[in-house]
Amino acid sequence: MTISVDVPKDSFRLSQLLYDTRYRSLTIQVVAFILLMLSFSWLVSNTVQNLSALGKDFDFGFLSTPAGYDINQRLIEYSSQSSHGRAAIVGILNTLLVAFLGCIVATVIGVLVGVLRLSKNWVVSRLMAVYVEALRNVPLLLWIVLIFALMTESTPQPRDFREGGSASMLLGDTMAITNRGVFIPKPIWHDGSMILGAIFVLSLIGIWAFRRYARKRQEQTGDILPVFWVSLGLLIVPVTLFYFVLGHPVTLEYPELGGFNFQGGLQIRNSLIALWFALSLYTGAFIAEIVRAGILAVSKGQTEAAFALGLRPNRTMNLVILPQAMRVIIPPLISQFLNLTKNSSLAIAVGYMDVRATLGGITINQTGRELEGMLLLGLFYLTASLMISSVMNIYNNRMKLKER
Amino acid sequence: MKKTIFLGALTVAGLAATAASASTLDDVLARGKLNCGVSTGLAGFAAPDANGVWQGFDVDMCRAVAAAVLGDPMAVEFVPTTGQTRFTALASGEVDMLARNTTWTFSRDVDLKFEFAGTNYYDGQGFMVPTSLGVSSAKDLDGATVCIQTGTTTELNLADFFRSNNISYEPVPIETNAEALQQYNAGACDAYTTDASGLAASRATFENPADHIILPEIISKEPLAPLVRHGDNQWGDIVRWTLNALITAEELGVTSANVAEHAAAAGDNPEVNRLLGTEGELGAMLGLSADWAVKAIAAGGNYGESFERNIGSSTPIGLARGLNALWTNGGLLYSPPFR
Repeated sequence: MTISVDVPKDSFRLSQLLYDTRYRSLTIQVVAFILLMLSFSWLVSNTVQNLSALGKDFDFGFLSTPAGYDINQRLIEYSSQSSHGRAAIVGILNTLLVAFLGCIVATVIGVLVGVLRLSKNWVVSRLMAVYVEALRNVPLLLWIVLIFALMTESTPQPRDFREGGSASMLLGDTMAITNRGVFIPKPIWHDGSMILGAIFVLSLIGIWAFRRYARKRQEQTGDILPVFWVSLGLLIVPVTLFYFVLGHPVTLEYPELGGFNFQGGLQIRNSLIALWFALSLYTGAFIAEIVRAGILAVSKGQTEAAFALGLRPNRTMNLVILPQAMRVIIPPLISQFLNLTKNSSLAIAVGYMDVRATLGGITINQTGRELEGMLLLGLFYLTASLMISSVMNIYNNRMKLKER
Repeated sequence: MKKTIFLGALTVAGLAATAASASTLDDVLARGKLNCGVSTGLAGFAAPDANGVWQGFDVDMCRAVAAAVLGDPMAVEFVPTTGQTRFTALASGEVDMLARNTTWTFSRDVDLKFEFAGTNYYDGQGFMVPTSLGVSSAKDLDGATVCIQTGTTTELNLADFFRSNNISYEPVPIETNAEALQQYNAGACDAYTTDASGLAASRATFENPADHIILPEIISKEPLAPLVRHGDNQWGDIVRWTLNALITAEELGVTSANVAEHAAAAGDNPEVNRLLGTEGELGAMLGLSADWAVKAIAAGGNYGESFERNIGSSTPIGLARGLNALWTNGGLLYSPPFR
């Protein structure tokens, strides 16, 4: 038996690339790709050409030369003799610090305000509406400058704290609010503080284990264990006990007025405070709207069902509404965290030494390496943003509706 | 997405392409305006007056160059720059020259690829403190909080000074002079440091200048100079010799009042004749008209006139000539001859 197979001889003609729908999209993509690469290579060659016209080369060697400038807020060891690379790291840590603090406070503010804006209390909900609209409709830079100006103009100078001065320290002389920053006691770690730290971590693990056990028990038997009090006890009792047993391994260093300024203690500079709170309040307003949207996205029937089961409004919110609302809230929340991190580059307005001010500011200015510095800066923000979003995506995957 | 990137790349490339072009002189002539980078506002050196017209010592330098090149001292577009943005503005071609209290240093000249046209003000870094602080020397400032303008040489000098004297300080970096003064007046910093001329200029704007003193220590050499980009020697020559013309004019007694008279006909002094173009071809060598220096001097007067009008002892800023007197009067100003 023979089958005659009718195979066309010229199965492929060049015109098919354009007229055959099987190949056309491929052709368009290849052409677009080539064009893109051409323009990209033109961009690079243009840059190289202009750099050589200016007599500049492309070199990252400047990162290892001494920086020569001082940085006031440094989380790691740094002096004016350190390298530009280290100055950049100091800046990066400062950026990450303000971004981290800002994200936490913004989330707390956002959730509170978002929930309260839905309150049945007319005054409360109107107040929250005013907060949200005022904060998110005025540029962030103005809020940063405003808070900074308030901190510098309305708080006393350190010299006002002298004998007979107009200002005095707060909380039993442990804390001072000045126009240069807030001075708080600083913990000093002695021998044995490692043990104390380990015990603290152990009690945290203990709390987690107890909560797991309590939940399992409640699911099986319906008994509700006093989770809150046991957790509180586990948190406080062992650490306090060992604090005395080990003979005060952690002491506090209090700020004291000496010379021109407060000495000792921990100084939280006004630039950090202004940036931190402006970022938190501003982003918090956006998060509040996201939270409100998330809560409104949960059907009213869920609330009614929870009430019908006898749950109080408080528990309804925590156990029924918020867990479901989280699925709607988290994705836009990620982009707010990214916004906050990137907006922290406005730090220069108040002289906060973030990475934009060290690497992207003084270093570029002193070395003339604009292209290299800006590329590094871009790379840092890109990496930081991608890391934040990947961490948040993991959380999102855990929280989102499991479809089986 | 792909399209956006493509268009963005095209835009960036197009912008970059315009930077590399013909000579700066041709650009300025074609534009009919000189783009001059100045500070964001420093009384006496560069600040807009009540009518919004820029006035000051550095501004006069821009106007003299504009007059020499374009024949019109008002044909200047002033571009306010901060300590951080000034070099990028110049390197990218946004401005044709900078006249902005910029210190002439080795690395700026050699590594940053700029050409300094000659010192127009010999300065040094000083400290200003409130009198009530009871400090009489910069070495008493151990532990003090010091406001600095970020992106300047003062930032580096400050670090060096405190390190070599083995005392500590807390730097408060600030973007512009105005913001620094606000911090200083609020008492958020104990001392403010910048060039001594800038301190005097700022102090003059205070309500009670007597409440603030400038400490005796001058911790650095700050030769302030107008500058241009490396690589365009003709343009560099024009700016350099415009400055020299102003200095020479003072030396030869040519002022804005009598320059027209001197320029009307060749006089007895051959150097005045060469300077003012009644003899020789100096203007043509620069690629300018023969009376380029006449216009430059007529614009804001010679060096001494500009100094006295803007920052001299009769103004609120009240700076003495000091190092900035002519060499014949014991100062450092010394122009190469016009020959």
